Amino acid sequence: MSNEDILNPKQMPREPEKATLEGKNKFIGFWFFLGGETVLFASLFGTFLALRNSTAGGPGTEELFGLELVFIMTMLLLTSSLTSVYAMYHMKNNDFGKMQVWLGVTVALGLAFLGGELYEFNHYIHEYEFTFRSSALGSSFYTLVGFHGGHVLFGLLWIVTLMVRNAKRGLNLYNAPKFYIASLYWHFIDVVWVFIFTVVYLMGKVG
Amino acid sequence: MTKDTNSTHHNEFEKAEHKDEMKHQVISFAMMIIFTIAAFAVVATDAIGKYFTIPIILLLALVQVIFQLYYFMHLKNKGHEMPALMIYGGIAVAFMTILTFTTIIWW
Repeated sequence: MSNEDILNPKQMPREPEKATLEGKNKFIGFWFFLGGETVLFASLFGTFLALRNSTAGGPGTEELFGLELVFIMTMLLLTSSLTSVYAMYHMKNNDFGKMQVWLGVTVALGLAFLGGELYEFNHYIHEYEFTFRSSALGSSFYTLVGFHGGHVLFGLLWIVTLMVRNAKRGLNLYNAPKFYIASLYWHFIDVVWVFIFTVVYLMGKVG
Repeated sequence: MTKDTNSTHHNEFEKAEHKDEMKHQVISFAMMIIFTIAAFAVVATDAIGKYFTIPIILLLALVQVIFQLYYFMHLKNKGHEMPALMIYGGIAVAFMTILTFTTIIWW
């Protein structure tokens, strides 16, 4: 059996993402990375929580935030998390076409989310003159939420790159771990967003 | 010939298994949507007063994240001992980081 045959089975093994040593290593390594990311975001959350009332005479969170847009963005990101689950479902059934379709839906929802975030930032800057330099609240808010938005952008580029790179190659045991890990990253982005909408927006609205 | 039949059966068994997992994931998605709507509703309607609102929305977020980690990210599946260690290690340090930042560093 050549290496090529091993990587291209007729049907996917039980856990295609962990069928090769490389896949296993990616899997463990990526969770290690997620543990680190948790701490990194915690430092930004901690900073925001400590500085969220330091408005320097500018608008505060209660005045700034509106719940409608945040709710829509939350639904978009939450749904994109489900669509990437669907993509992994089709990966396990070795259905490359459907996996690509669901990844495409995930990317579209992620783009819509990013659009909402850009609109929101633009709104704050032009309607309220609330910028990164306005106050400690401004700095910590844009750092935390912007860093999450950066993660969304990176995740989108990552998934699109995988989709384009493997479009003609199809699904095999070499790239299955890559897709799986990209989807883990996407779920993690949603995990962080759950805390952002709760801690930043909802708690900001409560005051 | 027999081998082929076996493999088809095996395949169908796995497909059924994947379908079952997918069902659980769709249910957890529905739960996550409900938790999200509940959190937004509590804040938007101001139904339960300022002091109860914050603990309740934090609790809703926590439960939702547990669903996300265990069902969407498969932490409930076998072979996830190391990932659990990594993520809980991360959460433990994250907790201390938030505590430190809110009490000592940025006062």
